[in-house]
Amino acid sequence: MELEPVIGLEVHAQLLTSSKIFCACSTAFGASPNHHTCPICLGMPGVLPVLNRRVVEYALRMAIATNCVINRKNYFARKNYFYPDLPKGYQISQYASPLAEHGYVEIETEGGKKKIGITRIHMEEDAGKLIHDETNPMSYVDFNRTGVPLIEIVSEPDIRSAEEAVQYLRTLRDILVYLEICDGNMEEGSFRCDANISLRPRGQKEFGTRTELKNMNSFRHVQRALEYEIKRQMFIIESGGEVVQETRLWDESQGVTYAMRGKEEAHDYRYFPDPDLVAVFIDENWIAQVRSTLPELPGAKKQRFMEEYGLSTYDAGVLTSDRFLAEYFEKCAQKCQQPKSAANWIMGDLLKLVNEDKRTIKECPVTPEHLAEIINLISEGTISGKIGKEILEEAYSTGEAPRAIVEKKGLVQITDERFIAEVIERVIAHHPEQVAQYRAGKEKVFGFFVGQVMKETQGKANPKLVNDLLREKLKN
Amino acid sequence: MELCEYTAHELSKKLRKKEVSAKEVLDSVFRRIEKVEGKVHAYISLMRETAYEQANEADLRLSKGESTELTGIPIALKDICCTKGFPTTCGSRILERFIPPYDATVIEKLRAAGAIFVGKANMDEFAMGSSTETSYFGITANPWNLERIPGGSSGGSAAAVAAHECIGAIGSDTGGSIRQPAALCGVVGLKPTYGRVSRFGLIAFASSLDQIGPITKDVEDCAIFMNHLAGYDPRESTSVPEPVPDYRDFLNREIKGWTVGVPKEYFIEGIDPEVEEIVRRAISTLEGVGARIEEISLPHTPFCVATYYIIAPAEASSNLARYDGVKYGYRSPDGRDLLEMYRKTRAQGFGDEVKRRIIIGTYVLSAGYYEAYYKKASQVRALIRRDFDLAFEKCDVILTPTTPTAAFKLGEKREDPIQMYLSDIFTISANLAGIPGIAVPGGFTKEGLPVGIQFLGNHFQEGKLLQIAHAFEREARIEKRRPDL
Repeated sequence: MELEPVIGLEVHAQLLTSSKIFCACSTAFGASPNHHTCPICLGMPGVLPVLNRRVVEYALRMAIATNCVINRKNYFARKNYFYPDLPKGYQISQYASPLAEHGYVEIETEGGKKKIGITRIHMEEDAGKLIHDETNPMSYVDFNRTGVPLIEIVSEPDIRSAEEAVQYLRTLRDILVYLEICDGNMEEGSFRCDANISLRPRGQKEFGTRTELKNMNSFRHVQRALEYEIKRQMFIIESGGEVVQETRLWDESQGVTYAMRGKEEAHDYRYFPDPDLVAVFIDENWIAQVRSTLPELPGAKKQRFMEEYGLSTYDAGVLTSDRFLAEYFEKCAQKCQQPKSAANWIMGDLLKLVNEDKRTIKECPVTPEHLAEIINLISEGTISGKIGKEILEEAYSTGEAPRAIVEKKGLVQITDERFIAEVIERVIAHHPEQVAQYRAGKEKVFGFFVGQVMKETQGKANPKLVNDLLREKLKN
Repeated sequence: MELCEYTAHELSKKLRKKEVSAKEVLDSVFRRIEKVEGKVHAYISLMRETAYEQANEADLRLSKGESTELTGIPIALKDICCTKGFPTTCGSRILERFIPPYDATVIEKLRAAGAIFVGKANMDEFAMGSSTETSYFGITANPWNLERIPGGSSGGSAAAVAAHECIGAIGSDTGGSIRQPAALCGVVGLKPTYGRVSRFGLIAFASSLDQIGPITKDVEDCAIFMNHLAGYDPRESTSVPEPVPDYRDFLNREIKGWTVGVPKEYFIEGIDPEVEEIVRRAISTLEGVGARIEEISLPHTPFCVATYYIIAPAEASSNLARYDGVKYGYRSPDGRDLLEMYRKTRAQGFGDEVKRRIIIGTYVLSAGYYEAYYKKASQVRALIRRDFDLAFEKCDVILTPTTPTAAFKLGEKREDPIQMYLSDIFTISANLAGIPGIAVPGGFTKEGLPVGIQFLGNHFQEGKLLQIAHAFEREARIEKRRPDL
C-alpha cells in the first residue's frame, strides 16, 4: 500500500500598514515592550474598534493576486478564548464571511506547474507576546503586536509533499512581497505557517487523520517538519497503529515533532458577529481601483522575462524572485541591450557583492545604468571582462561612473597588436622551458603564457588578441 | 426652595443673569447630598474636589459670557462612563480600583459644555439588573419610598435626580435601564436611537443594545442634555453621521393631528391596574389636545424578553471576557497558575447576576446551540424591528406603559430572576429595534409611587418624542410633589 501525504497550509501574513487594524498605534517592530499601545489595543473597558481601511485594501490586493472570489459584504466576528496575550478575551477576525474565497496560486514542481487552491483569505488582528522570566516564576505581556493587522490564507489540501509545501510558501511570500503588503520575514514572525498533514493510500478519496504542525520559523523548518511528520505517520500506519488528531510542535534542535501538552481539549471559540463593527461593503469600483494598482506578479513576470529577454527558466526565476531585482535587471538590460550579459552580471558578480555586504538590491550603490555601462565597455572592446569586474568593485565601493573609473585609472584595453606582439616575444624569450613543453604537445602550458602576458599588461591586453597572437608566435 | 431643587433650564437662566454662581448651586447640591445620601445611597463615589474646580471654571466662563446651558449645572454620571483619572467601577468588585486613562466621548462633551460632575452614580453591576440591587457597592433606595427599589440599572442616576442630589444625570440603557428607573423615580429618561450618542468610553454590556442618555427633572432639561450628548463620533463604528437638530425647537409645539399608536400587546395580564389607569388617563390627555389614538399591533412583542435574554447575555459573555485579572482591575491573590488565577479572579470579582448572564451567554453561543439560540434570536430581532417599521408607517409615536408596576420592594424579586427580567418587558423592544424611547412621569399610585408613560419613536425621531412628552407634561398637569426625605 503506497501512502500519499495530504497537506494544507494556514499562513498568517502581517500587513505592512503603518498603524494597527483597529487603532492608531504604530505597527513598527522592535520597540520596547508596550510602547506601541493605547486603551483600544489594550482592551480597556469601554473602548471601541474602528477599522483601518488600508487593511482591507491590502487584503484585497492579495485576494485579487490569488484569483479569489471577493465577498461584497464583509463582517468581522469575535473569536472568544482566554489567554494573557489577548487583552479583550477575544480576537477580532472573520468567520462566516471571509474577505475572499475559492482562489488559487500556481507553483513550479518537478512535474511542471501545479495549481494549489486557496480556500479563504480573511482579515484579523494579531495577539501580543508573552515574555517568560527565566529566573523567576513570572511572565510578562508585551502588547506591541496586539492589533497588528494579519491576513490568514488557508490553502486547500492540495499539497502532496514537503517540497511542494515549501514551493507554495515561497510563491505566496513572493506575491506578498511583490504586492508590498508584507515583508515576508519568517524569523521575525511577519510570515507564519501552520500545517495540517495526513496520509492516505494513493487513490483513496477520504482523508486520513490529520495532525496540525506549529512552531516552524523558516522554510527549512517547514520542510524538515513535514518530512519528519510524513515518516512518523507512515511508521504508525504501517505498523498497524492509528494517527492521533492533535497539535504537534516542531523542535528544530531535536529534529522531531512532539504533541503539545495541555491544550488538547477541543476549543469552542463561540464565534459571533462583532457588534462593535459594521459590515464593510466592497464594490466593483473598489476592486477595480485596487486591481489597477497591482504590479506584475512574479509568475507572469518570469514568463515574460523568458519570452522577451530569452532567459532560461532558472535565470528568469532568480531574477523575478525579488521585485526590485527584477526591476534592476530590466533597467540594465534595456540600457545595454544585452539581456543575457545583464543577467549573468547581476546574478554573478553583483549579487555576490551585495550579499557579502548584507545589503539588498535596493541598497546597491551601483545603479543599473552603471552596470549597463560596464557591459557596454566590454562589448565595445574598451575593457576586458576581467577589468570589468575590477571596475564593478570600484564602482560598488565609490559609486563612481564606470567610464570615469576607466579613464581615471587608464584601464582602457590594449588593442595595439604591435605592442602585444612585443610583450609576447618577451615572455617567450624568458620561458624557453615552457615553450619547449608546449611545442612537445603540452597544450595546458598555453594558459601559463596567457597569464604571463596579462600580468605584463596589468590585465589590459585584449584577451582575444593575446590568444590569437600567442598561438601564432608559439607555432614558430 | 433650595437651588438643588431647580431644573437645569431654570438654573441656567439664574446663572447667566448672575443671580447665583455655579459654586452656590454646587454648595446646595452637596448640602442636599449630606442630608439625604445616607438614606438614598445614589452614589458610588463623589467627585467633590474636581467638582469645585469645575465650578470655578464655570463661573469664569459665565462671567465671560462663554457659557452653554449646561455650564455650571451639577450632574451625576452613571459609574459606567469612563472618567479620566477618576475611578470607574461599573458597580463591580472586578473594577473596584480601575482608573481609566481616558474620558468617554460623552464625558468630553459634557466637560466642554461646562457641566459639573458631582459623582459617579450607583448601578447594577455591569448594568445587569432592574433594581440597582446587584451593585457591589450597596443598594440604592427609591427616594419616594426608601423600602423600595429605584429601578435599574441606572437606579443611582434616577434616584439622585429625584432626590435633588444633582440637577440631571447620565444613564445608560440596554433594555430599559434609563427609562425604567426614571419611571419608578418620577423623572424623565430618554434612550436615544442606537448610534445617536457615542458609546466610546461606555463600559460595554451588550454592544448592539447599549445607548447613553439623560435622566432629568423635566422634558425641557432632557432636550438640553440631548443637544450636548448627540452627534457622530468617529471613534465608534456604529455611530451614525445623522445631523443633530436643536432639540429645544421641538418644545412648546402642538401635537394636534398626530397619530399615537397604542400597541394592544402592551396591555397584558400582570400589568398593575393602577398603572393601566394612569396610562389610560394619559391617552385621554393626548386626545384632549388633538392627537388621534389608534390601537396597533406589534405582533412579535411576546418574544422580546426571550430574544433580549439571548442576545444581551451573548454579547456580555464576550464583552466581559477582558476582566481576567491580567491587565487592570481586581486580580485574585490565590491563583497558583494562570487557569486558577483566571477562575478565582472572575469567581471573586463578579457577582451572581453577572455570572448568571455570562453563563447564559456562553451557552447560547456554544457550538451546537448557536443556531438554535443566538442565530434564532437575531432573526426574531429582525422581525421585532420590522413590527416597528410597519407601525411607524401609520403612527407618529407609540405610547405604552414604561413598567408593568410601580417600584417594587427591595429584595422582593432579587431571588427570582424571571420576575426581575419581566419588569423590563415594555422597554426591551426599543433596544432590540434600535429606536428611541422616553419615559415621562404619568402620575402617582395611591401609595404615592410614581408611574411613567413611555413614548417610542422611529429612528432618529428624538425630537418628536420630546415634542409629545413636553406636550403631555404641559397638559397632564401632574401635581408637583417632592419626595419626603
